[in-house]
Amino acid sequence: MPDLGPLWLTLQLAAVTTVILLLLGTPLAWWLSRTRARIKPLVEALTALPLVLPPTVMGFYLLVLMNPGTWIGGFWLEVTGDTLTFSFAGLVVASLFYSLPFMVQPLQSSFEALGPGPLEAAASLRASPINAFFTVVVPLSARGFLTACVMTFAHTIGEFGVVLMVGGNIPGETRVISIAIYEQVETLRYQEAHILSAGLLLFSFVVLVLVYAVNRRRPGHA
Amino acid sequence: MPKDLEVAAEASFADFRLSVELALSLQGITALFGPSGSGKSTLLRIIAGLEQGRAARVVFDGALWADSREKTFLPAHRRPVGYLFQDARLFAHLNVAGNLRFADKRSRDRHPSITWEEVVAALDLEPLLDRRVQGLSGGERQRVALGRTLLARPSLLLLDEPLSALDLGRKADILPYLEAAPRRFGIPALYVSHAVEEVAQIADSVVVLADGRVQGIGPVAEVLERLDLQAVTGRFEAGSLLEAQVVGHDQPLHLTRLQLGAQGLTMPMLKALRPGERVRLRVRSRDVALATEEPRGLSIRNVLAGQVVSIESEPETAFAEVLVALADSDQRLRARITRASVADLGLAPGRAVFALMKSVTFDRRAVTRRL
Repeated sequence: MPDLGPLWLTLQLAAVTTVILLLLGTPLAWWLSRTRARIKPLVEALTALPLVLPPTVMGFYLLVLMNPGTWIGGFWLEVTGDTLTFSFAGLVVASLFYSLPFMVQPLQSSFEALGPGPLEAAASLRASPINAFFTVVVPLSARGFLTACVMTFAHTIGEFGVVLMVGGNIPGETRVISIAIYEQVETLRYQEAHILSAGLLLFSFVVLVLVYAVNRRRPGHA
Repeated sequence: MPKDLEVAAEASFADFRLSVELALSLQGITALFGPSGSGKSTLLRIIAGLEQGRAARVVFDGALWADSREKTFLPAHRRPVGYLFQDARLFAHLNVAGNLRFADKRSRDRHPSITWEEVVAALDLEPLLDRRVQGLSGGERQRVALGRTLLARPSLLLLDEPLSALDLGRKADILPYLEAAPRRFGIPALYVSHAVEEVAQIADSVVVLADGRVQGIGPVAEVLERLDLQAVTGRFEAGSLLEAQVVGHDQPLHLTRLQLGAQGLTMPMLKALRPGERVRLRVRSRDVALATEEPRGLSIRNVLAGQVVSIESEPETAFAEVLVALADSDQRLRARITRASVADLGLAPGRAVFALMKSVTFDRRAVTRRL
């Protein structure tokens, strides 16, 4: 029986990352979909950066930023008594950056597809902007939210390079599935690597099938 | 009770400039009429608060809604307007009842005289309540949207070309609802349209907009007969509106008799009309002929006595437009006849004339009921 610790740790990391990104990414995506500000391309480029950057580059800079010598890393150490690097908290922070585009981009295109129509209608029916967002925009963008969350979750599960740079390989703390598989292969334990890899493959496939199936059954929703 | 609306707006677009200053006393339906791209919809959106950042001042019923100079802007959701969009904009995630409820629960305390039951009954929405909005026809969508707008219990209805996306048959289906709602619920309406037939049919007064400017304003019958606005209201379809009362039906001859002042008119029988009911007739100028003596031995049955008010020759054409004040009434009729006839008959302002119209001029579409 292989060690299931990395599996639970990975699921935990993906869940926490998805929830936090949902809270942070939604307003950002909304702003991007509405704004005519001149800095919009700048913000869009920053958001998309993790898509094109080698994970090691991101991981390297995050490692530099989060080490206890910097004010961010120092502040974290002071408040929590633990370093941000080589810890679960550090992994979450790194994942937030790494998976940001997977949350923001589906949401942004979903909001953009909605157009101003439903919001104007809601406003003319006395719904405040906040109220209209939750009662009209969110339900009409349900598909976008589902896609964004699943993509973020799945992507965080598959993360490797950034984790290796920022978190290392500490059992129960930073050893996620991808790291565990890497280690098993390095030490020629192919049998265990097979079990985890096949599990990950199956999981990803099932999740994607579910997403596509749900999306297909709800036509008419942007 | 009329509600005062003041609007001043300036806006620049690629192909025209909107520059409008209006003070209206709104009662019943006021049409904002003009060709496409004349700024009508923009003006309506400015009134609704959907065009933030434009140079505008809007005061409704004593309340300041916007003044760009004082940087005052009441957001759209705080203005008591009901906006009926061209494309209905029903919420796809709610069914018909859900769409109505969306408006209802946010305004229930505002205007207790408008109830859910009343709106559902007035617009015949009962059979649609459980339907998904995706399955509705264009006409049904607009009916639901109108119901939803009414349930927002607005103090002012803004109707933005609500018929333009519909085919002819559907238009005829929804028009009576649009016409009746403002009166039934006592809410004044601004109705944007580029179709003179619609305006003639349902509006009480009209504001003519062209090239971003107000060209004319007044009661609908008066404005539509103004010769100087023909470039906008359309020469070919130009005509007059007459208000008449139904006297009764002549069953054997299949005619409906009408009374206009002391003078009588007949038209092909419209069974739906009841004696005593007031109707509005639209008469195209080209369907009216003039005579200086009461004609005899003629198949034309409708002869109205009157007096020439003015004559406007159309240069470069054979025609002239003659405005006739009808005897015993304050109504006017416009006739388009040849300039040769004007000369032969010796027509001049003050001259007594008889206006001749074939009964068939008044077909079903030329007649609307007045409440």
